[in-house]
Amino acid sequence: MTEPDAVSGVDGAAKQAGRGANEEGEGTIRRVTEPDAVSGVDGAAKQAGRGANEEGEGTIRRVTEAKHHEVRQTTTRTITLEVTRYRPGQDSAPVLESFDVPLMDDWAVLDGLNYIKDQLDGTLSFRWSCRMGICGSCGMNVNGEPRLTCGTFFTEFGDGPIRIEPLKGFPIIRDLVVEVDDFLDKLRHVKPWLIREGEELPLTTEHAQTPAQLEAYKQYSMCINCMLCYSACPVYVLDPDFLGPAAIALAQRYELDSRDMGDRFDMLNLDEAVWGCTFVGECTKVCPKHVDPAEAIQRYKVTAAMRSILPWSRR
Amino acid sequence: MTTAYRPPRDHAWFLRNRNYTVFVARELTSVFVAWAIVFLMIVIDAVLNGGDPAAFAGQPWVIALNVVALAATTFHAVTFLNLAPTATVIRLDGYRLPAWMIQGGNHSAWLLISAVIAYFVLRTP
Amino acid sequence: MSRRRTAEPYLWLLFSGGGVVAALLLPVLVLLFGVLMPLGVLDWPSTTHLTALLDPLPVRLALVAVIVLCLFHAAHRIRHTSEELLGVARFDLFIALLCYGGAIAGGTLAVLLLF
Repeated sequence: MTEPDAVSGVDGAAKQAGRGANEEGEGTIRRVTEPDAVSGVDGAAKQAGRGANEEGEGTIRRVTEAKHHEVRQTTTRTITLEVTRYRPGQDSAPVLESFDVPLMDDWAVLDGLNYIKDQLDGTLSFRWSCRMGICGSCGMNVNGEPRLTCGTFFTEFGDGPIRIEPLKGFPIIRDLVVEVDDFLDKLRHVKPWLIREGEELPLTTEHAQTPAQLEAYKQYSMCINCMLCYSACPVYVLDPDFLGPAAIALAQRYELDSRDMGDRFDMLNLDEAVWGCTFVGECTKVCPKHVDPAEAIQRYKVTAAMRSILPWSRR
Repeated sequence: MTTAYRPPRDHAWFLRNRNYTVFVARELTSVFVAWAIVFLMIVIDAVLNGGDPAAFAGQPWVIALNVVALAATTFHAVTFLNLAPTATVIRLDGYRLPAWMIQGGNHSAWLLISAVIAYFVLRTP
Repeated sequence: MSRRRTAEPYLWLLFSGGGVVAALLLPVLVLLFGVLMPLGVLDWPSTTHLTALLDPLPVRLALVAVIVLCLFHAAHRIRHTSEELLGVARFDLFIALLCYGGAIAGGTLAVLLLF
């Protein structure tokens, strides 16, 4: 099941919503020791102070304090982030707002957004959680390209500016936060679990696989549901009825698993499923986990076509 | 969510990104594939029904169109033969044959078939 | 679960087959007959030689197959691309009839021409 992962995005939003309260009355140093709420500046300071980390909390505080001070004092270079703002009830359409943030070599775009949220405008809304490219919450359009902002570094963009917009193809709830319901419905729709038939075996039963059986689907199981592939797919952006890259790759992940006894032919062999794909290939290019959804779809086209002309062939 | 903003359709989506533009160019080669077939049918008609194929093919606009068609069909061939390995998974000894081997095979076949056709057309009996 | 019928698998097979045939055969044919011979780089083969090439039955059958497959390849791509570029997917049925109808007409013409 992939839902816990996908839901983490929603959690991220909830966490965002709760952050405003979190900050009041809490000092910078307090936040350093609280990994999830670490702000960009403190994150960089923490990096610098890592050597001292083992020597007890007192040391951390001192180093952090010193570094924090230093960052604020010595940073003369800044980079402009052009960030989409959409405040329902206030804006009739999204607008861009520019913020100047410190241009730090080791900052990702997400660090810049957190700097804005912590130092410049606490009302900016965006999703994030793990900061290490595994939760799939922080996908945004960076200079027109769908990226995980936690893994997209300032160094890539020279002096900027960097334009940060919500993922294309989804309704915008607020600022950089998009609606994920349609995506989650699509994931659920392909029955992303091992379907078994026959008598239920005891829970202790092992279902051993050979390395080749694992290799057959492993690549497609690496998806983190970040939705970058949907945002990159012109077919999905033009027509949201299209089942889309991640869901089809996820279906293939189970279709190709030797333990799965289900058959997803009827949900995949449709005009709005695999046959909607025109093989743009952009889903594969933007995938941060090298899942290669385009390949998953083309392979299922071959499977579905073969089964259509040879009705007795199973796969 | 009634307050969510739904962006309008982007009519110039294929210009937003270089890969989209290449994709559209790749798809539009099909227009020249169709033209190439029409052209070849006109040549066949001339050959079989006593006309002069050179008369039609020699007109400047036909030559110009065919130069573009040559570029388009070549682009089609390169992209189509390169994309083949994503749809075809060939397993040897349990593991997947690497893409470059399938692509290399495809392009070798292309060259070979082209040479054979050129030989049969151009040889003097 | 009710099984919905779709023509796409068959159309896609024709499209793919046509794509392979077009890739392998068209560049050299266009190069020879469309560019090099009209420009005078190569001499046109004699009509008797070309007629002899087209004479064997297997060659004619193969040519009809090539023409039909290539036209279906083009029809399939033109249908999808026009819908994506122009945003006219709601007229899919009409566009599909136009594209595949054109391919069938071309194939019929090829049969009449070669037999």
